[in-house]
Amino acid sequence: MGQPNGRAAGKSRGGAVNRDRENMNAQEQTDWYEARFGRWESGMNGESKTPLHSLRKAAIGSFARTGFPSTREEEWRFTNVAPIARVPFVPAVSAEIPRLERRDVERFLFAGLTSHHLVFVNGRFLPEYSSLGELPDGVRIESLESALRRDQGEVLRHLARYAPPDQGAFPALNAAFIQDGAYLYLPDGAQIEEAVHLLFIAAGDADPLLLTPRNLIITGAGCRLSIVETYHAVRSSSYLTNVVSELLVGEGTVIEHDKVQAEHPHAYHVGTTQIVQHKASTVVSNSIAVGGSIVRNTVATLLAEEGSHCTLNGLSVATGNQLIDNHTTIDHATSNCTSFEMYKSILDGASRGVFNGKIFVRKDAQKTDAKQTNKTLLLSDDATIDTKPQLEIFADDVKCTHGATVGQLDDEQVFYLRSRGIDEVDARDLLTFAFAGDVVSKVHVEPLRDRLDVLLHERLRQGRVTGIE
Amino acid sequence: MLSITNLHAGISGKEILKGISLSIRAGEVHAIMGPNGSGKSTLASVLAGRETFEVSEGTVLYQGTNLLDLSPEERAREGLFLAFQYPVEIPGVSNMYFLKTALNAIRKHRGEEELDAVEFLALVKKKSKLVEMDQSLLNRPVNEGFSGGEKKRNEIFQMAVLDPKLALLDETDSGLDIDALRIVAEGVNKLRGKENAIVLVTHYQRLLNYIVPDFVHVLQEGRIVKSGGKELALLLEERGYDWIKEETESVGSA
Ligand SMILES: Nc1ncnc2c1ncn2[C@@H]1O[C@H](COP(=O)(O)OP(=O)(O)OP(=O)(O)O)[C@@H](O)[C@H]1O
Ligand SMILES: [Mg+2]
Repeated sequence: MGQPNGRAAGKSRGGAVNRDRENMNAQEQTDWYEARFGRWESGMNGESKTPLHSLRKAAIGSFARTGFPSTREEEWRFTNVAPIARVPFVPAVSAEIPRLERRDVERFLFAGLTSHHLVFVNGRFLPEYSSLGELPDGVRIESLESALRRDQGEVLRHLARYAPPDQGAFPALNAAFIQDGAYLYLPDGAQIEEAVHLLFIAAGDADPLLLTPRNLIITGAGCRLSIVETYHAVRSSSYLTNVVSELLVGEGTVIEHDKVQAEHPHAYHVGTTQIVQHKASTVVSNSIAVGGSIVRNTVATLLAEEGSHCTLNGLSVATGNQLIDNHTTIDHATSNCTSFEMYKSILDGASRGVFNGKIFVRKDAQKTDAKQTNKTLLLSDDATIDTKPQLEIFADDVKCTHGATVGQLDDEQVFYLRSRGIDEVDARDLLTFAFAGDVVSKVHVEPLRDRLDVLLHERLRQGRVTGIE
Repeated sequence: MLSITNLHAGISGKEILKGISLSIRAGEVHAIMGPNGSGKSTLASVLAGRETFEVSEGTVLYQGTNLLDLSPEERAREGLFLAFQYPVEIPGVSNMYFLKTALNAIRKHRGEEELDAVEFLALVKKKSKLVEMDQSLLNRPVNEGFSGGEKKRNEIFQMAVLDPKLALLDETDSGLDIDALRIVAEGVNKLRGKENAIVLVTHYQRLLNYIVPDFVHVLQEGRIVKSGGKELALLLEERGYDWIKEETESVGSA
C-alpha cells in the first residue's frame, strides 16, 4: 500500500500505448492499466481526495506490483490468462454507456421477478430499466454508486474488507476501478420475499472493454434474501468482465446466491464471490457457467462463527475452445459447521474444465462435517478436465469426504432408456440433462430454475453441447 | 411371432450362447430355466438389442422381420419388452417423465396420437392400480433408491403401460415377497392374450403356479438342452439340473 503508483507515467503514456498491439509484455500490461487509472483519476472532480479513492489507489498499486498471474503459479497452473493479459482492455469507468433498446434488456429479465431488479450496462447502473421495489424499513437496495454518494462511510465499513485487493491480480484490478455495482443492506430481521435480480449486460462495439462491477451485500441477523446475478452480452467484440461480489451474512440469516454466467463466447469472465458467514447462518450458492471463452470463477466462504452451513453448487457447460475454471474455498474456521459442495461440468468439443476445491478445517473447527463432490461428463474425446480437491485439516474430530468422477454417459442407462422405445440421442440428452438437473434443482428461485431448464434444453441437444450465439 | 435359429452370441471373443433355437407363437407363455451363468440373461439382452454382445451366427425373426437389424428402440416400438433382472438406477430422470417419453415414442411409431399430460396420468393411475404400485414411486427418479422388490414391480408397471406384444421377464420373481409375486403374476396374466407372448426366465417353480407356462425350456451352458410342458418345471424343482446333463452326455456318447 501507499506506493506512489506511477500516476505521472500514466498520464504521459496514456494515449501513447497502441491498443491494437498484441503481446504486451508484463511491464506494458501493468503500465497500461496504471495509465488508464491515471487518466480516469485526472478527470475526477474532487473524488480523488475521498477514502474510496485511496482504496482504489492502493488496489492499482497492488495490481502493478503483481501483474497478471502466470501458469507457474500453483493457483493458475491450468488456466493460462495470457490471452487476457495481452489485450489492452479499456476500463469502462469513464466510457459512455451505450444506449440499449428495451427489448435488449427485457429478454434477460424474468417475468416472475419484477419487484427488485437492477440493470447494469458495462458495469454501470441503468435506472430507467431497473426497479428497486417496495422495501421494508431500513432495507437498501440501490446502486453502489448511489450508496457511495449517499454515505461513503457506511459503504467503506465493508467494501473490500472481505475480498481485499491484495487477494490477487483480478480482485486488485477490480478494486482499482470500483465505480458501480449493486449495494444491498438488510438490517436485523429484514426478509425480502422476492429474489433480487442483478443483471449485467455487456454492450457497445468500441474498444476491448474492461468491466469491473462491484457488488456489496450486507445482512444483519435473522434476514432472508435471494440474489440472482446474471451476465449477458449484446456485444460481440472483446471484453473482460472482472467482477467481485462480497456478502456478509449475519447471525441466523439465510441467503441464496445464484450466479448465471452466460457471457458472449468470445468474452472473458473472471469472477470472485467472497462470503463471510456469522453464527448459525445458511448460504446456498449456485454457480452456473455456460458462456465465455476463458472463465475463472471463484466462490469462497468463510464459516467464521459456529453452527453455520454452506452449500456450494456449480455447473459448467462448455464446448468449442472454452475454458471454464471453478475455484472454491470453504474455510471452516470454527466448530460445528457443515458444508456441502457439488460442482459438475459437461464438456464437449475441445473445451476444458478446471475444478479446484479447497476445504480448510482449522484447529478449532471440531465437529466439522464437509462433503465435496466433483463430477464431469465428457461428451467428446478432446474435452478435458483438471480436477484437484484440496483438503487441509487441522482438527481431529471432523468428517470430511471428497470424491471426483470423470466419464461418459453410462451405457447401461442409455440402453435401459432405449429398450423402452426412446431414441438413442433422446436418451443421451435425457441423461445429460439429468446430470445437469442435479445442480439446477438446487436453485430455489423458481423463475430462474425455469429459465435454466429452457437454457439447458437449448444447449444440450443431439447428444452434444451446442454453442451459444 | 419369434423364431430363433442357431443363435450364437458372446462378449469379447467369449461365446456365451452356443446355438439356441426357439420358436414362440402368439398366445404362448414360455418359461426358461437353467443354472446360474448358463446364458439366460444374455439371451434376453441379445433379443433386446444390447450392443455389448456380438452375434456371431444364427437368425432371429420377429413378426417376419430380422430382429437383429433393429436398434433397441425400434425393437421396443415393435412391441418387444424386457423386464431386466437388474434394473438400472437413473438419478435425475423422473419415472413419470421417462415413461411418458417412452410411451409417446412407441405410440408415434404405431401411428397413434401422443398422449397429453392428463391422458397419460389417467393411464398411469389405472396401470399402477393394476400392479399396486405405490404412487410415491412414480414421481421419484427411475429406480433410484428403490428396494429390490420395488424395482421389479416398476418393471411390471412399465410393461403394463407400454403394453408389449412380446414380453421377456428376466427373473422378475426374484426378490419379491409373496404378495408382490401374486400381484406381478396377475399383471402378467392380464397381459396374456391371443396376440401376446411371454417369456419368463425364472429359477423357481413357484412363479409357474401363478403363471402357467405352455412350454418350459432348460438352458445350460448356452444351449437349450431340454424342452417340455409345465411338468418339466416340477421335475427340475425336485431333481435339479444335473440329471439333464448326465442324460444329454449319455445321449451324446451313445
Ligand atoms: N458383460 C459381460 N462380460 C463378460 N462376461 C459376461 C458378461 N455378461 C455375461 N457374461 C458371462 O456370460 C455367462 C452367462 O451370463 P448370464 O447373465 O446370461 O447368465 P444367467 O443364466 O442369466 O445367470 P443367472 O441365473 O445367475 O442370472 C456368465 O458366465 C457371465 O459371467
Ligand atoms: Mg440372469
